[in-house]
Amino acid sequence: MTPEEIIKPENLVYGRTKVLTDNIMHYCPGCSHGVIHKLIAEVIEEMGIQDTTVGVSPVGCSVFAYNYLDIDWQEAAHGRACAVATAIKRLNPETNVFTYQGDGDMAAIGTAETIHACNRGENIVIFFVNNAIYGMTGGQMAPTTLIGMKTVTCPYGRNTDLNGFPLVISDILAKLDGTCYVTRQSVHTNAATIKAKKAIRKAFENAQAKKGTSVVEFVSACNTGWKKTPIEANAWMEEHMFPKYPLGDIKDTVKGSQLSDEEKNAKY
Amino acid sequence: MAEEVKLMKGNEAIAHAAIRCGCDGYFGYPITPQSEVMETLMAQKPWETTGMVVLQAESETSSINMVYGGAACGKKVMTSSSSPGVSLMQEGVSYIACAELPCLIVNVMRGGPGLGTIQPSQGDYFQTTKGGGHGDYRLITLSPSTVQEMADFVGLGFDLAFKYQTPSVLLADGVIGQMMEKIVLPDFKPRRTDEEVRKECPWGTMGKNGRKDRNVVTSLALESEVMQETNNRLQAKYKAIEENEVRFEEHNCEDAEYVFVAFGSVARICESAMEILRAEGHKVGVLRPITLWPFPTKEIQRLTKQVKGFMDVELNCGQMVEDVRLAVNGQVPVGFYGRQGGIIPTAEEIAEAFKAQMVK
Repeated sequence: MTPEEIIKPENLVYGRTKVLTDNIMHYCPGCSHGVIHKLIAEVIEEMGIQDTTVGVSPVGCSVFAYNYLDIDWQEAAHGRACAVATAIKRLNPETNVFTYQGDGDMAAIGTAETIHACNRGENIVIFFVNNAIYGMTGGQMAPTTLIGMKTVTCPYGRNTDLNGFPLVISDILAKLDGTCYVTRQSVHTNAATIKAKKAIRKAFENAQAKKGTSVVEFVSACNTGWKKTPIEANAWMEEHMFPKYPLGDIKDTVKGSQLSDEEKNAKY
Repeated sequence: MAEEVKLMKGNEAIAHAAIRCGCDGYFGYPITPQSEVMETLMAQKPWETTGMVVLQAESETSSINMVYGGAACGKKVMTSSSSPGVSLMQEGVSYIACAELPCLIVNVMRGGPGLGTIQPSQGDYFQTTKGGGHGDYRLITLSPSTVQEMADFVGLGFDLAFKYQTPSVLLADGVIGQMMEKIVLPDFKPRRTDEEVRKECPWGTMGKNGRKDRNVVTSLALESEVMQETNNRLQAKYKAIEENEVRFEEHNCEDAEYVFVAFGSVARICESAMEILRAEGHKVGVLRPITLWPFPTKEIQRLTKQVKGFMDVELNCGQMVEDVRLAVNGQVPVGFYGRQGGIIPTAEEIAEAFKAQMVK
């Protein structure tokens, strides 16, 4: 096939989703955010929900997520995305509401909002990008930073006496009665990306079916913060991040399914 | 139809007024002395009648951010709390003010600082009228002195919030929250349909719904020029509010030689003190600011030309008195009498304090 033939519309096999805007992304080359944005945008287009979806962007590198997806957005205060999303969904039950949060937003400053939105079983989707570091503010320790991992606020490596332990927030959220689907994905290979996209779609469908809160964690690379090349960062992620944050579904059910009808309708 | 007169607490009146004014959502966290607001709403179950959402959040931090989320849709949303809880909300209030979202925040004040006391206070005047959270912003602050005004100011607070796209605060002292009085509840006003919300708030984020451009609600402006523009826009709005929305009430100020300045429950006690003093031959009046911000500065300046002095009375250590002094600008004496810890002064005590300070 000649290049002229390849670019003919009838030979098109892959296109850029219209849900992505034309804005040039500010993310570092090698960062996972761009891929995750694209996957969410593709799912929104494929599900035909661009007009009914509201995103809540966090504070962190992805604070400007609203520049890249052509949907309505609210920019929340640091850690408060799940509270904001709760109100949007409760007041507009027909909308598809998701938060997009980093590890600091979700599992440090916003732990209470995250846990309680999940515990109420809000019919929202939480996208959680876990790269074990604070990228935007210059590479400080995150709640998910690995033991021994160096950041600018633990320059000699995370020490458990000084800094405690990596917070495996998705495992905690999976234990709550309000969550229906908790999964851990990555986007560092084509195969992983295909799986991640399926998880994104499933999460949106769960919310539409009022099954409860869905959490999709993306174990991600921050090659800039980790001070590595993109390829080195992906290899480092496989070697060190995946053992602590193993990929796969943690939970797949319907909210409150652990309880009997009698327990759910109890009155004292 | 005959007027429907009810006997209820100020906090209960707020809940009923919220349902009746077409409020879309209430988000709150229990704290004394305002818990009856949510308790009444939960007992009324408005989600079964008007469709209003009522949700008990996990904290005041969460409540105010739920208010942000709802307000950013263009919905009519509110929260209520008391002093320590309102302190916890200040981050969110600053964001809401910067994002120019309408909402109603009710603060039924208790004594502070710290965990303080659950008894009534007016100690959050500074917090409410001077900012509270970070950055340059102002809050429309309505101060009720009766249970009737508790109900009436819910609708008024929402109207002003939507008119100027900025938060309104209903700042009540714990006395008004807990006190029972006769009240005529406002008429039922239906909640707006989503179509009406979209029309009134074209900036709202309920999904694009066929709109060409996406709506984004944010308070972030990293470029200096854009942030300065935001500040200028906010300040212009605050100036318009100061020019148009000052509200106050006066009693016997026409011939007054001295004027009490007091808000909330204390203004009513000052009226009794005024009567005691008038009977003794002192020409005393009462000025009750209804909007604490915008403050009735011009009215105080007008009275300054007429009176020999002002007497400011508050349930705190002296907060509004600073605004009175700014208005008076040293031209006549300004006395102050304050009680703390939930102690409510009697009319006689106020009259005595007036004579001790003002009549030499």
